[in-house]
Amino acid sequence: MSRIEKEEVKHVAKLARLAVTEEEAEMFTKQLDDIIGYAEQLNELNTDDVEPTTHVLDLKNVLREDNVKDWFTRDEALKNAPDQQNGLIKVPAVLE
Amino acid sequence: MSLFDKKISEVHELLHKKELKVSELVDASFTRIHEVDDKVKAFLTLNEEAATKQAKLLDDKMGTDEARGLLFGLPIGVKDNISTKNLRTTCGSQLLANFDPVYDATVVEKLNEAETITVGKLNMDEFAMGSSNENSGFFQTRNPWNTEYVPGGSSGGSAASVAAGEVFFSLGSDTGGSIRQPAAFCGVVGLKPTYGRVSRFGLVAFASSLDQIGPITNTVEDNAFLLQSIAGYDKMDSTSADVTKNDYTAALTGDVKGLKIAVPKEYIGEGVDEDVKNRVMEALKVLEGMGAEWEEVSLPHSKYGVATYYLLASSEASSNLARFDGVRYGVRSENPANLTELYNKTRSEGFGEEVKRRIMLGTFALSSGFYDAYYKKAQRVRTLIKNDFDKVFEKYDVILGPTTPTPAFKIGAKVDDPLTMYANDILTIPVNLAGVPAISIPCGLSNGLPVGLQIIGKAFDESTIYRVAHAYEQATDHHQNKPGL
Repeated sequence: MSRIEKEEVKHVAKLARLAVTEEEAEMFTKQLDDIIGYAEQLNELNTDDVEPTTHVLDLKNVLREDNVKDWFTRDEALKNAPDQQNGLIKVPAVLE
Repeated sequence: MSLFDKKISEVHELLHKKELKVSELVDASFTRIHEVDDKVKAFLTLNEEAATKQAKLLDDKMGTDEARGLLFGLPIGVKDNISTKNLRTTCGSQLLANFDPVYDATVVEKLNEAETITVGKLNMDEFAMGSSNENSGFFQTRNPWNTEYVPGGSSGGSAASVAAGEVFFSLGSDTGGSIRQPAAFCGVVGLKPTYGRVSRFGLVAFASSLDQIGPITNTVEDNAFLLQSIAGYDKMDSTSADVTKNDYTAALTGDVKGLKIAVPKEYIGEGVDEDVKNRVMEALKVLEGMGAEWEEVSLPHSKYGVATYYLLASSEASSNLARFDGVRYGVRSENPANLTELYNKTRSEGFGEEVKRRIMLGTFALSSGFYDAYYKKAQRVRTLIKNDFDKVFEKYDVILGPTTPTPAFKIGAKVDDPLTMYANDILTIPVNLAGVPAISIPCGLSNGLPVGLQIIGKAFDESTIYRVAHAYEQATDHHQNKPGL
């Protein structure tokens, strides 16, 4: 039995904001199934008493002074925007 | 002997004595690029006009106190996921084909202060996801030793440009082996520093808990010079480590007497090419001859490294790459019907297949119902892998083994099977998961292709890695082997 179905792959694509074709969905189903199957070797290990590592450095909150300083200008911030109007980034209508 | 076969210290000497001008040096770099880059294809973007102009300005500073810095006037290449102000930065992705950063990464700022000259941006697997440069959204970089072979990845352009003598050194980034593996395949020296040693500010994030920027060079000494210049705490990167920066060149003593080397049996066992194993055993003999001692040890969880890595790195990537939505920058899809379609079409058209695959895998591993079984599980196994290293380092100074199980493979040989491609990183990945530093240095050839020796050190102990690597390099002449382009 496969570990992941095509419908799940389509759902994941939707969550990831990717438009996939039927063929891509099929390809990813097969490939993700292989990769997840491979990853299941981790279940050989009993990790009940093992703490997860999210990060190797023992970091606590990193704070800085809340000082005002120069940052990008509006022109700089807009320099790479694909579409803009009146100094603002323009996108298609959000509400139908 | 080409200028680009010289060590940084030798070229610095020439500049300092005014026997060579910065502009001549930079011209030599572009001449070489125009001569061989048609074959190697290491560069995505050249910075010829600005670099030539800057070189002329530096000519006037030669012989002054300002020009005493070792890196003054030297041409450098930068991997294309490191932000360079006003110099196109694509991350190897069509989605960012037109991206023109408004700021420099901290490492670039530091190099600018040292007055190196950025000659161009180097090709890579898209968003650093790949081991062969076959995933570049632009073109295939080729191995200078044999252009039918991959240069490795993802910093393939960075390693190939140094091996091809186009620049003295370059910057790469390493998430699961992306500096060390291409350095091994191209026969150059590549270091992944300790996580937190070098600022990631301005490095386009792939997997934030694993990514590190590091130097790729011809020699160990050059590598130490470059790390000296880019390392250090940066308040712009809250995960950079506030620890003392060592004098790396002071470590280059040539003395390894009494040094304790651990050789994990998993690193010279099944799946490792016979030639590669032999080169590593020969290297051990050399070090033994110099008074070092070695013993076989075990890193029992290293076989779980690849699975752990692909779950964690892809999960982090799926979150990091959410920013590429076509709104604030990048190549936006034309005529979307609404905002959701703008996101979906921009990402589907802009990302290549491997990037989509990893975003999908990461999104799946983080999705409700699967989070504990995959993501959390992988984090727990990461702890076990890190513990393996901690245990070995209680008794030993460094861990030594091959960088990769095989030398470079042919272009196209592994593209159809993601899992076979991933397995290529089995010896480099555990190092990133544990956050420790490691270097790859040339240790000979196999059928005309370079083999890399990997030396892994304790966290923040790049100095001992450099000491061992330098001593070995002094005792051998592998680093003088150059590809016949």
